[in-house]
Amino acid sequence: MRDGDATARVDAAEVGRIFREESGRAVAALIRVFGDIDVAEDAVQEAFAVALRRWPGEGLPPNPGGWITTTARNRALDRLRREARGRQLLGEVAVLSPGSDDPGTPEEVGLVQDDRLRLIFTCCHPALSTEAQVALTLRLLGGLSTKQVARSFLVAEDTMAHRLVRAKRKIKAARIPYRVPEGHELPDRLRPVLAVVYLIYNAGMASPAEPGLCAEAIRLARILATLMPDEPEVAGLLALLLLTESRRVSRTRPDGSLVLLGEQDRSRWDRAMIQEGQAIVRRCLRRNQPGAYQLQAAINAVHADAATVEQTDWSQIVALYDQLLVLTPTPVVALNRAIAVGEVQGPAAALALVDELDLDNYHPFHATRADLLRRLGRDREAAAAYERAAAMAPTDAEREFLRLGGRASR
Amino acid sequence: MARYLLSVHSVEGEVREPMTDEEMQQSHKQLGVLEGEMKSAGAWVFSGRLHEPDTATVVRMSDGEVVTTDGPFVESKEHLGGFYIIQAADLDAALAWASKATAAIRIPIEVRPFADFADEPRA
Repeated sequence: MRDGDATARVDAAEVGRIFREESGRAVAALIRVFGDIDVAEDAVQEAFAVALRRWPGEGLPPNPGGWITTTARNRALDRLRREARGRQLLGEVAVLSPGSDDPGTPEEVGLVQDDRLRLIFTCCHPALSTEAQVALTLRLLGGLSTKQVARSFLVAEDTMAHRLVRAKRKIKAARIPYRVPEGHELPDRLRPVLAVVYLIYNAGMASPAEPGLCAEAIRLARILATLMPDEPEVAGLLALLLLTESRRVSRTRPDGSLVLLGEQDRSRWDRAMIQEGQAIVRRCLRRNQPGAYQLQAAINAVHADAATVEQTDWSQIVALYDQLLVLTPTPVVALNRAIAVGEVQGPAAALALVDELDLDNYHPFHATRADLLRRLGRDREAAAAYERAAAMAPTDAEREFLRLGGRASR
Repeated sequence: MARYLLSVHSVEGEVREPMTDEEMQQSHKQLGVLEGEMKSAGAWVFSGRLHEPDTATVVRMSDGEVVTTDGPFVESKEHLGGFYIIQAADLDAALAWASKATAAIRIPIEVRPFADFADEPRA
Protein backbone atom coordinates (compact mmCIF):
# COMPACT_ATOMS: atom_id res chain seq x y z
CA MET A 1 0.00 0.00 0.00
CA ARG A 2 1.13 3.49 -0.89
CA ASP A 3 0.87 6.31 1.55
CA GLY A 4 -1.30 9.30 0.75
CA ASP A 5 1.49 11.31 -0.85
CA ALA A 6 -0.11 12.89 -3.93
CA THR A 7 3.26 13.19 -5.59
CA ALA A 8 3.99 9.46 -5.28
CA ARG A 9 5.07 8.25 -8.71
CA VAL A 10 3.10 5.36 -10.12
CA ASP A 11 3.57 3.42 -13.31
CA ALA A 12 0.96 1.48 -15.28
CA ALA A 13 1.81 -1.80 -13.51
CA GLU A 14 1.23 -0.14 -10.15
CA VAL A 15 -2.08 1.30 -11.34
CA GLY A 16 -3.05 -2.21 -12.46
CA ARG A 17 -2.07 -3.68 -9.10
CA ILE A 18 -4.09 -1.09 -7.17
CA PHE A 19 -7.07 -1.74 -9.42
CA ARG A 20 -6.89 -5.50 -8.87
CA GLU A 21 -6.82 -4.81 -5.15
CA GLU A 22 -9.66 -2.29 -5.13
CA SER A 23 -11.96 -3.25 -8.00
CA GLY A 24 -13.93 -5.80 -5.94
CA ARG A 25 -14.98 -3.07 -3.50
CA ALA A 26 -15.89 -0.67 -6.29
CA VAL A 27 -17.84 -3.24 -8.33
CA ALA A 28 -19.71 -4.37 -5.21
CA ALA A 29 -20.60 -0.80 -4.22
CA LEU A 30 -21.78 0.08 -7.71
CA ILE A 31 -23.93 -3.03 -8.02
CA ARG A 32 -25.73 -1.90 -4.88
CA VAL A 33 -26.16 1.61 -6.26
CA PHE A 34 -27.23 0.71 -9.80
CA GLY A 35 -28.64 -2.75 -9.27
CA ASP A 36 -26.90 -4.00 -12.38
CA ILE A 37 -23.68 -6.02 -12.64
CA ASP A 38 -22.82 -5.00 -16.21
CA VAL A 39 -23.23 -1.30 -15.48
CA ALA A 40 -20.96 -1.67 -12.45
CA GLU A 41 -18.28 -3.64 -14.30
CA ASP A 42 -18.21 -1.27 -17.26
CA ALA A 43 -18.00 1.79 -15.04
CA VAL A 44 -15.09 0.39 -13.01
CA GLN A 45 -13.35 -0.47 -16.27
CA GLU A 46 -13.80 3.14 -17.41
CA ALA A 47 -12.43 4.43 -14.12
CA PHE A 48 -9.39 2.21 -14.68
CA ALA A 49 -8.81 3.83 -18.07
CA VAL A 50 -9.04 7.29 -16.46
CA ALA A 51 -6.59 6.28 -13.73
CA LEU A 52 -4.14 4.93 -16.31
CA ARG A 53 -4.21 8.33 -18.03
CA ARG A 54 -4.02 10.47 -14.94
CA TRP A 55 -2.24 8.75 -12.06
CA PRO A 56 1.20 8.33 -13.69
CA GLY A 57 1.34 12.11 -14.31
CA GLU A 58 -0.62 13.51 -11.38
CA GLY A 59 0.28 10.94 -8.73
CA LEU A 60 -2.03 8.83 -6.60
CA PRO A 61 -5.17 10.38 -5.11
CA PRO A 62 -5.19 10.36 -1.29
CA ASN A 63 -7.61 7.42 -1.16
CA PRO A 64 -7.29 5.39 -4.38
CA GLY A 65 -10.10 2.99 -3.45
CA GLY A 66 -12.56 5.80 -2.78
CA TRP A 67 -11.42 7.58 -5.94
CA ILE A 68 -12.12 4.48 -8.05
CA THR A 69 -15.61 4.00 -6.61
CA THR A 70 -16.52 7.69 -6.97
CA THR A 71 -15.08 8.04 -10.48
CA ALA A 72 -16.77 4.83 -11.62
CA ARG A 73 -20.08 5.95 -10.15
CA ASN A 74 -19.91 9.33 -11.86
CA ARG A 75 -19.00 7.70 -15.16
CA ALA A 76 -21.95 5.34 -14.84
CA LEU A 77 -24.30 8.22 -14.01
CA ASP A 78 -23.07 10.19 -17.04
CA ARG A 79 -23.52 7.25 -19.34
CA LEU A 80 -26.91 6.25 -17.98
CA ARG A 81 -28.21 9.81 -18.37
CA ARG A 82 -27.24 9.64 -22.05
CA GLU A 83 -29.00 6.35 -22.73
CA ALA A 84 -32.75 5.78 -22.76
CA ARG A 85 -32.48 2.50 -20.92
CA GLY A 86 -30.19 4.17 -18.46
CA ARG A 87 -32.63 6.98 -17.73
CA GLN A 88 -35.24 4.36 -16.93
CA LEU A 89 -32.75 2.56 -14.73
CA LEU A 90 -31.83 5.76 -12.92
CA GLY A 91 -35.46 6.39 -12.11
CA GLU A 92 -35.47 3.24 -10.00
CA VAL A 93 -32.07 3.57 -8.46
CA ALA A 94 -31.24 4.85 -5.04
CA VAL A 95 -28.30 7.12 -5.66
CA LEU A 96 -25.82 7.50 -2.82
CA SER A 97 -26.56 10.39 -0.51
CA PRO A 98 -25.65 13.84 -1.84
CA GLY A 99 -22.37 15.20 -0.61
CA SER A 100 -20.49 11.99 -1.24
CA ASP A 101 -19.46 13.23 -4.68
CA ASP A 102 -16.24 14.43 -3.15
CA PRO A 103 -13.61 11.93 -4.31
CA GLY A 104 -12.50 9.59 -1.60
CA THR A 105 -15.05 10.40 1.07
CA PRO A 106 -14.13 8.11 3.95
CA GLU A 107 -17.67 6.92 4.77
CA GLU A 108 -17.94 5.30 1.35
CA VAL A 109 -15.22 2.89 2.26
CA GLY A 110 -17.17 1.81 5.33
CA LEU A 111 -20.27 1.11 3.26
CA VAL A 112 -18.56 -1.02 0.65
CA GLN A 113 -17.25 -3.49 3.22
CA ASP A 114 -20.70 -5.05 3.40
CA ASP A 115 -21.20 -4.78 -0.32
CA ARG A 116 -18.35 -7.20 -0.96
CA LEU A 117 -19.98 -9.68 1.40
CA ARG A 118 -23.31 -9.26 -0.42
CA LEU A 119 -21.55 -9.77 -3.71
CA ILE A 120 -19.80 -13.00 -2.74
CA PHE A 121 -23.10 -14.49 -1.57
CA THR A 122 -24.66 -13.54 -4.90
CA CYS A 123 -21.74 -14.98 -6.87
CA CYS A 124 -21.85 -18.22 -4.86
CA HIS A 125 -25.64 -18.62 -4.81
CA PRO A 126 -26.58 -22.31 -4.91
CA ALA A 127 -28.79 -21.64 -7.95
CA LEU A 128 -25.57 -21.14 -9.97
CA SER A 129 -23.28 -23.98 -11.05
CA THR A 130 -19.97 -24.34 -9.22
CA GLU A 131 -18.09 -23.34 -12.40
CA ALA A 132 -20.15 -20.19 -12.65
CA GLN A 133 -19.69 -19.43 -8.95
CA VAL A 134 -15.92 -19.68 -9.24
CA ALA A 135 -15.78 -17.63 -12.44
CA LEU A 136 -18.02 -14.86 -11.11
CA THR A 137 -16.11 -14.64 -7.84
CA LEU A 138 -12.76 -14.31 -9.59
CA ARG A 139 -14.10 -11.85 -12.14
CA LEU A 140 -16.18 -9.58 -9.90
CA LEU A 141 -14.44 -9.79 -6.52
CA GLY A 142 -10.96 -10.74 -7.63
CA GLY A 143 -10.84 -8.24 -10.46
CA LEU A 144 -9.39 -10.83 -12.86
CA SER A 145 -10.04 -10.35 -16.55
CA THR A 146 -12.13 -12.92 -18.39
CA LYS A 147 -8.93 -14.02 -20.12
CA GLN A 148 -7.17 -14.60 -16.79
CA VAL A 149 -10.14 -16.51 -15.38
CA ALA A 150 -10.25 -18.67 -18.52
CA ARG A 151 -6.52 -19.43 -18.34
CA SER A 152 -6.80 -20.36 -14.66
CA PHE A 153 -9.30 -23.07 -15.44
CA LEU A 154 -7.84 -24.18 -18.75
CA VAL A 155 -10.89 -23.28 -20.81
CA ALA A 156 -11.07 -21.17 -23.94
CA GLU A 157 -11.68 -17.47 -23.39
CA ASP A 158 -14.89 -17.66 -25.46
CA THR A 159 -16.19 -20.46 -23.30
CA MET A 160 -15.45 -18.51 -20.12
CA ALA A 161 -16.98 -15.31 -21.52
CA HIS A 162 -20.12 -17.26 -22.39
CA ARG A 163 -20.21 -18.83 -18.92
CA LEU A 164 -19.98 -15.41 -17.27
CA VAL A 165 -22.63 -13.86 -19.51
CA ARG A 166 -25.01 -16.73 -18.87
CA ALA A 167 -24.48 -16.56 -15.10
CA LYS A 168 -25.04 -12.81 -15.03
CA ARG A 169 -28.17 -13.21 -17.13
CA LYS A 170 -29.52 -15.76 -14.69
CA ILE A 171 -28.78 -13.51 -11.70
CA LYS A 172 -30.76 -10.76 -13.37
CA ALA A 173 -33.63 -12.80 -14.83
CA ALA A 174 -34.23 -15.03 -11.81
CA ARG A 175 -33.53 -12.18 -9.37
CA ILE A 176 -30.83 -13.86 -7.36
CA PRO A 177 -30.74 -11.48 -4.40
CA TYR A 178 -27.89 -9.14 -3.52
CA ARG A 179 -27.77 -9.54 0.22
CA VAL A 180 -26.11 -11.40 3.03
CA PRO A 181 -28.31 -14.37 4.01
CA GLU A 182 -30.07 -14.20 7.36
CA GLY A 183 -28.83 -16.15 10.36
CA HIS A 184 -30.90 -19.29 9.83
CA GLU A 185 -29.92 -19.65 6.17
CA LEU A 186 -26.30 -18.66 6.67
CA PRO A 187 -24.84 -22.14 7.34
CA ASP A 188 -26.27 -23.54 4.08
CA ARG A 189 -25.29 -20.49 2.08
CA LEU A 190 -21.81 -20.13 3.54
CA ARG A 191 -20.86 -23.63 2.44
CA PRO A 192 -20.62 -22.87 -1.31
CA VAL A 193 -18.82 -19.58 -0.56
CA LEU A 194 -16.08 -21.37 1.36
CA ALA A 195 -15.98 -24.17 -1.22
CA VAL A 196 -15.41 -21.63 -4.00
CA VAL A 197 -12.52 -19.97 -2.16
CA TYR A 198 -10.98 -23.39 -1.46
CA LEU A 199 -11.43 -24.40 -5.11
CA ILE A 200 -9.67 -21.24 -6.25
CA TYR A 201 -6.76 -22.05 -3.94
CA ASN A 202 -6.53 -25.63 -5.19
CA ALA A 203 -6.66 -24.47 -8.80
CA GLY A 204 -3.62 -22.30 -8.02
CA MET A 205 -1.86 -25.29 -6.48
CA ALA A 206 -2.61 -27.54 -9.43
CA SER A 207 -1.28 -25.09 -12.01
CA PRO A 208 2.13 -23.70 -11.07
CA ALA A 209 1.67 -21.20 -13.90
CA GLU A 210 -1.05 -19.46 -11.89
CA PRO A 211 0.33 -18.99 -8.36
CA GLY A 212 -1.68 -15.75 -8.25
CA LEU A 213 -4.81 -17.82 -7.65
CA CYS A 214 -3.47 -19.02 -4.30
CA ALA A 215 -2.83 -15.44 -3.21
CA GLU A 216 -6.27 -14.45 -4.48
CA ALA A 217 -7.93 -17.24 -2.48
CA ILE A 218 -6.09 -16.15 0.67
CA ARG A 219 -7.11 -12.55 0.03
CA LEU A 220 -10.77 -13.59 -0.33
CA ALA A 221 -10.55 -15.75 2.82
CA ARG A 222 -9.11 -12.76 4.70
CA ILE A 223 -11.95 -10.52 3.55
CA LEU A 224 -14.48 -13.13 4.67
CA ALA A 225 -12.75 -13.58 8.02
CA THR A 226 -12.77 -9.82 8.58
CA LEU A 227 -16.41 -9.43 7.59
CA MET A 228 -17.68 -12.54 9.40
CA PRO A 229 -15.53 -12.76 12.54
CA ASP A 230 -18.07 -14.98 14.31
CA GLU A 231 -18.03 -17.82 11.78
CA PRO A 232 -15.54 -20.45 12.96
CA GLU A 233 -15.38 -22.23 9.59
CA VAL A 234 -14.41 -18.99 7.86
CA ALA A 235 -11.50 -18.66 10.28
CA GLY A 236 -10.76 -22.36 9.77
CA LEU A 237 -10.54 -21.93 6.00
CA LEU A 238 -8.20 -18.96 6.31
CA ALA A 239 -5.95 -20.91 8.69
CA LEU A 240 -5.97 -23.95 6.39
CA LEU A 241 -4.95 -21.83 3.40
CA LEU A 242 -2.20 -20.03 5.32
CA LEU A 243 -0.73 -23.24 6.71
CA THR A 244 -0.83 -24.93 3.31
CA GLU A 245 0.66 -21.88 1.62
CA SER A 246 3.48 -21.74 4.18
CA ARG A 247 4.92 -24.91 2.61
CA ARG A 248 4.51 -23.92 -1.02
CA VAL A 249 8.14 -23.21 -1.89
CA SER A 250 9.38 -26.40 -0.27
CA ARG A 251 6.84 -28.56 -2.04
CA THR A 252 8.48 -28.56 -5.45
CA ARG A 253 12.07 -29.02 -6.59
CA PRO A 254 13.57 -26.55 -9.05
CA ASP A 255 12.72 -29.00 -11.87
CA GLY A 256 9.05 -28.91 -10.81
CA SER A 257 8.92 -32.38 -9.27
CA LEU A 258 7.06 -32.89 -6.00
CA VAL A 259 8.60 -33.20 -2.54
CA LEU A 260 6.56 -35.18 0.01
CA LEU A 261 5.75 -33.57 3.35
CA GLY A 262 8.20 -35.84 5.17
CA GLU A 263 11.08 -34.91 2.85
CA GLN A 264 10.55 -31.16 2.71
CA ASP A 265 13.18 -28.71 3.91
CA ARG A 266 11.29 -27.37 6.92
CA SER A 267 13.61 -24.39 7.29
CA ARG A 268 12.02 -23.04 4.11
CA TRP A 269 8.51 -23.08 5.54
CA ASP A 270 7.11 -19.57 5.91
CA ARG A 271 7.19 -18.92 9.67
CA ALA A 272 4.99 -15.82 9.60
CA MET A 273 2.20 -17.67 7.81
CA ILE A 274 2.54 -20.62 10.17
CA GLN A 275 2.29 -18.37 13.21
CA GLU A 276 -0.76 -16.60 11.85
CA GLY A 277 -2.41 -19.90 10.92
CA GLN A 278 -1.64 -21.52 14.26
CA ALA A 279 -2.94 -18.53 16.20
CA ILE A 280 -6.26 -18.84 14.31
CA VAL A 281 -6.36 -22.60 14.99
CA ARG A 282 -5.86 -21.94 18.73
CA ARG A 283 -8.75 -19.45 18.72
CA CYS A 284 -10.91 -22.03 16.92
CA LEU A 285 -10.03 -24.68 19.53
CA ARG A 286 -11.07 -22.31 22.32
CA ARG A 287 -14.36 -21.64 20.55
CA ASN A 288 -14.93 -25.41 20.29
CA GLN A 289 -17.35 -25.48 17.34
CA PRO A 290 -15.33 -27.80 15.11
CA GLY A 291 -15.91 -28.00 11.38
CA ALA A 292 -14.19 -29.59 8.41
CA TYR A 293 -11.97 -26.60 7.56
CA GLN A 294 -10.97 -26.03 11.18
CA LEU A 295 -10.01 -29.70 11.60
CA GLN A 296 -7.95 -29.72 8.40
CA ALA A 297 -6.27 -26.54 9.59
CA ALA A 298 -5.56 -28.16 12.95
CA ILE A 299 -3.98 -31.18 11.21
CA ASN A 300 -1.75 -28.83 9.25
CA ALA A 301 -0.93 -26.94 12.43
CA VAL A 302 0.32 -30.17 14.03
CA HIS A 303 2.61 -30.78 11.03
CA ALA A 304 3.87 -27.21 11.25
CA ASP A 305 4.70 -27.75 14.93
CA ALA A 306 7.19 -30.53 14.18
CA ALA A 307 10.75 -29.35 13.58
CA THR A 308 11.49 -32.68 11.89
CA VAL A 309 9.18 -35.28 10.42
CA GLU A 310 10.16 -37.69 13.22
CA GLN A 311 8.83 -35.24 15.81
CA THR A 312 5.35 -35.20 14.26
CA ASP A 313 2.62 -35.94 16.80
CA TRP A 314 0.92 -38.58 14.63
CA SER A 315 -1.49 -39.77 17.33
CA GLN A 316 -2.80 -36.20 17.56
CA ILE A 317 -3.23 -36.22 13.79
CA VAL A 318 -5.10 -39.55 13.90
CA ALA A 319 -7.42 -38.10 16.59
CA LEU A 320 -8.14 -35.06 14.39
CA TYR A 321 -8.82 -37.29 11.38
CA ASP A 322 -11.21 -39.34 13.55
CA GLN A 323 -13.21 -36.15 14.15
CA LEU A 324 -12.99 -35.11 10.51
CA LEU A 325 -14.23 -38.52 9.39
CA VAL A 326 -17.33 -38.09 11.54
CA LEU A 327 -18.11 -34.73 9.90
CA THR A 328 -17.13 -35.69 6.36
CA PRO A 329 -17.20 -39.47 6.00
CA THR A 330 -15.59 -39.63 2.56
CA PRO A 331 -13.13 -42.25 1.31
CA VAL A 332 -10.53 -39.53 0.69
CA VAL A 333 -10.59 -38.48 4.36
CA ALA A 334 -10.45 -42.18 5.32
CA LEU A 335 -7.38 -42.58 3.09
CA ASN A 336 -5.58 -39.69 4.76
CA ARG A 337 -6.52 -41.03 8.18
CA ALA A 338 -5.09 -44.43 7.17
CA ILE A 339 -1.78 -42.76 6.26
CA ALA A 340 -1.62 -41.22 9.74
CA VAL A 341 -2.54 -44.57 11.31
CA GLY A 342 0.37 -46.06 9.37
CA GLU A 343 2.75 -43.69 11.16
CA VAL A 344 1.44 -44.77 14.57
CA GLN A 345 0.73 -48.48 14.09
CA GLY A 346 2.87 -49.34 11.09
CA PRO A 347 2.27 -49.98 7.37
CA ALA A 348 0.40 -53.28 7.78
CA ALA A 349 -2.38 -51.65 9.84
CA ALA A 350 -2.60 -48.80 7.33
CA LEU A 351 -2.72 -51.12 4.31
CA ALA A 352 -5.59 -53.07 5.86
CA LEU A 353 -7.57 -49.80 6.14
CA VAL A 354 -6.57 -48.60 2.67
CA ASP A 355 -7.57 -51.84 0.96
CA GLU A 356 -11.11 -51.45 2.24
CA LEU A 357 -11.58 -48.16 0.39
CA ASP A 358 -13.32 -47.80 -2.93
CA LEU A 359 -11.00 -45.27 -4.57
CA ASP A 360 -9.79 -47.07 -7.66
CA ASN A 361 -9.98 -43.92 -9.80
CA TYR A 362 -8.07 -41.69 -7.38
CA HIS A 363 -4.36 -41.71 -8.07
CA PRO A 364 -3.25 -40.85 -4.49
CA PHE A 365 -4.96 -44.09 -3.44
CA HIS A 366 -2.57 -46.09 -5.62
CA ALA A 367 0.39 -43.93 -4.60
CA THR A 368 -0.43 -44.57 -0.92
CA ARG A 369 -0.80 -48.32 -1.47
CA ALA A 370 2.49 -48.31 -3.37
CA ASP A 371 4.30 -46.61 -0.51
CA LEU A 372 2.83 -48.95 2.12
CA LEU A 373 3.61 -52.06 0.04
CA ARG A 374 7.18 -50.84 -0.45
CA ARG A 375 7.58 -50.37 3.31
CA LEU A 376 6.27 -53.91 3.82
CA GLY A 377 8.90 -55.23 1.38
CA ARG A 378 6.27 -56.30 -1.17
CA ASP A 379 8.25 -54.70 -3.99
CA ARG A 380 6.57 -56.28 -6.99
CA GLU A 381 3.09 -55.19 -5.86
CA ALA A 382 4.50 -51.78 -4.94
CA ALA A 383 5.92 -51.30 -8.44
CA ALA A 384 2.58 -52.20 -10.00
CA ALA A 385 0.77 -49.72 -7.73
CA TYR A 386 3.26 -46.94 -8.54
CA GLU A 387 2.70 -47.62 -12.22
CA ARG A 388 -1.09 -47.36 -11.84
CA ALA A 389 -0.75 -44.14 -9.86
CA ALA A 390 1.63 -42.65 -12.44
CA ALA A 391 -0.70 -43.52 -15.29
CA MET A 392 -3.51 -41.58 -13.59
CA ALA A 393 -1.51 -38.61 -12.24
CA PRO A 394 -2.73 -35.26 -13.58
CA THR A 395 0.60 -33.45 -14.00
CA ASP A 396 3.96 -34.36 -15.51
CA ALA A 397 5.68 -33.56 -12.22
CA GLU A 398 3.52 -36.03 -10.33
CA ARG A 399 3.85 -38.69 -13.03
CA GLU A 400 7.61 -38.33 -12.96
CA PHE A 401 7.65 -38.48 -9.18
CA LEU A 402 5.57 -41.66 -9.09
CA ARG A 403 7.60 -43.36 -11.83
CA LEU A 404 10.74 -42.62 -9.81
CA GLY A 405 9.06 -44.10 -6.74
CA GLY A 406 8.28 -47.19 -8.74
CA ARG A 407 11.88 -47.53 -9.96
CA ALA A 408 13.33 -46.93 -6.52
CA SER A 409 11.35 -49.82 -5.13
CA ARG A 410 12.52 -52.38 -7.68
CA MET B 1 -42.08 -8.47 -7.31
CA ALA B 2 -41.31 -11.08 -9.93
CA ARG B 3 -43.38 -14.02 -11.10
CA TYR B 4 -42.09 -17.56 -11.09
CA LEU B 5 -43.35 -20.80 -12.54
CA LEU B 6 -42.95 -23.70 -10.13
CA SER B 7 -43.37 -26.78 -12.27
CA VAL B 8 -43.76 -30.22 -10.83
CA HIS B 9 -42.09 -32.79 -13.06
CA SER B 10 -43.15 -36.39 -12.77
CA VAL B 11 -41.09 -39.15 -14.25
CA GLU B 12 -43.12 -41.93 -15.80
CA GLY B 13 -42.59 -45.32 -14.23
CA GLU B 14 -39.91 -43.96 -11.92
CA VAL B 15 -39.49 -46.14 -8.88
CA ARG B 16 -39.73 -43.90 -5.92
CA GLU B 17 -40.78 -45.02 -2.51
CA PRO B 18 -44.53 -45.40 -2.92
CA MET B 19 -46.66 -43.40 -0.52
CA THR B 20 -49.09 -45.23 1.71
CA ASP B 21 -52.69 -44.04 1.73
CA GLU B 22 -52.00 -42.30 4.98
CA GLU B 23 -48.92 -40.54 3.57
CA MET B 24 -50.92 -39.56 0.50
CA GLN B 25 -53.59 -37.97 2.68
CA GLN B 26 -50.92 -36.27 4.72
CA SER B 27 -49.32 -34.91 1.53
CA HIS B 28 -52.66 -33.58 0.24
CA LYS B 29 -53.30 -31.92 3.56
CA GLN B 30 -49.85 -30.29 3.52
CA LEU B 31 -50.45 -29.02 -0.01
CA GLY B 32 -53.77 -27.54 1.05
CA VAL B 33 -52.13 -25.79 3.98
CA LEU B 34 -49.31 -24.58 1.74
CA GLU B 35 -51.71 -23.15 -0.81
CA GLY B 36 -53.53 -21.33 1.97
CA GLU B 37 -50.21 -19.97 3.20
CA MET B 38 -49.31 -18.80 -0.32
CA LYS B 39 -52.65 -17.07 -0.66
CA SER B 40 -52.53 -15.25 2.65
CA ALA B 41 -48.94 -14.15 1.92
CA GLY B 42 -50.06 -12.75 -1.44
CA ALA B 43 -47.70 -15.09 -3.28
CA TRP B 44 -50.26 -17.33 -5.00
CA VAL B 45 -51.26 -16.36 -8.53
CA PHE B 46 -52.52 -19.61 -10.00
CA SER B 47 -51.96 -23.32 -9.66
CA GLY B 48 -53.19 -26.52 -11.21
CA ARG B 49 -52.71 -30.22 -11.60
CA LEU B 50 -52.69 -31.80 -15.08
CA HIS B 51 -54.06 -35.06 -16.42
CA GLU B 52 -51.62 -37.64 -17.77
CA PRO B 53 -49.74 -36.61 -20.94
CA ASP B 54 -51.66 -39.17 -23.04
CA THR B 55 -54.66 -36.86 -22.72
CA ALA B 56 -52.76 -34.10 -24.58
CA THR B 57 -53.43 -32.87 -28.10
CA VAL B 58 -51.05 -30.81 -30.22
CA VAL B 59 -51.97 -28.33 -32.94
CA ARG B 60 -49.35 -26.99 -35.33
CA MET B 61 -49.15 -25.02 -38.55
CA SER B 62 -48.22 -27.07 -41.57
CA ASP B 63 -48.33 -25.61 -45.10
CA GLY B 64 -50.55 -22.80 -43.92
CA GLU B 65 -53.04 -25.15 -42.29
CA VAL B 66 -53.57 -26.15 -38.72
CA VAL B 67 -52.93 -29.84 -38.17
CA THR B 68 -54.16 -31.56 -35.03
CA THR B 69 -52.38 -34.61 -33.62
CA ASP B 70 -52.92 -36.87 -30.67
CA GLY B 71 -50.45 -37.08 -27.80
CA PRO B 72 -47.95 -34.80 -26.07
CA PHE B 73 -45.63 -32.42 -27.96
CA VAL B 74 -42.54 -34.29 -26.85
CA GLU B 75 -42.62 -37.99 -26.13
CA SER B 76 -40.55 -38.29 -23.02
CA LYS B 77 -40.46 -40.01 -19.68
CA GLU B 78 -40.60 -36.69 -17.85
CA HIS B 79 -43.72 -34.63 -18.05
CA LEU B 80 -45.32 -31.68 -16.39
CA GLY B 81 -47.68 -32.96 -13.72
CA GLY B 82 -48.74 -29.66 -12.22
CA PHE B 83 -47.59 -26.15 -11.52
CA TYR B 84 -47.85 -23.06 -9.40
CA ILE B 85 -47.48 -19.50 -10.58
CA ILE B 86 -46.33 -17.36 -7.70
CA GLN B 87 -45.04 -13.87 -7.17
CA ALA B 88 -42.07 -13.31 -4.92
CA ALA B 89 -39.58 -10.58 -4.09
CA ASP B 90 -36.60 -12.56 -5.35
CA LEU B 91 -35.32 -16.05 -6.13
CA ASP B 92 -34.70 -16.88 -2.47
CA ALA B 93 -38.35 -16.19 -1.65
CA ALA B 94 -39.47 -18.29 -4.63
CA LEU B 95 -37.13 -21.12 -3.62
CA ALA B 96 -38.54 -21.05 -0.10
CA TRP B 97 -42.06 -21.74 -1.45
CA ALA B 98 -40.74 -24.39 -3.84
CA SER B 99 -38.90 -26.09 -0.96
CA LYS B 100 -42.11 -26.34 1.04
CA ALA B 101 -43.95 -27.79 -1.94
CA THR B 102 -41.28 -30.39 -2.72
CA ALA B 103 -41.18 -31.41 0.93
CA ALA B 104 -44.93 -32.05 0.78
CA ILE B 105 -45.08 -33.98 -2.51
CA ARG B 106 -41.51 -35.36 -2.66
CA ILE B 107 -41.21 -34.64 -6.37
CA PRO B 108 -38.58 -32.29 -7.83
CA ILE B 109 -39.78 -28.79 -8.64
CA GLU B 110 -38.28 -26.53 -11.27
CA VAL B 111 -38.34 -22.81 -10.52
CA ARG B 112 -38.26 -20.47 -13.51
CA PRO B 113 -38.74 -16.74 -13.74
CA PHE B 114 -41.30 -15.23 -16.09
CA ALA B 115 -39.67 -13.15 -18.80
CA ASP B 116 -41.88 -10.09 -18.55
CA PHE B 117 -40.10 -9.06 -15.37
CA ALA B 118 -36.60 -9.85 -16.58
CA ASP B 119 -36.06 -6.39 -18.02
CA GLU B 120 -36.31 -4.85 -14.61
CA PRO B 121 -32.86 -3.74 -13.52
CA ARG B 122 -31.63 -5.87 -10.70
CA ALA B 123 -28.28 -7.19 -9.53
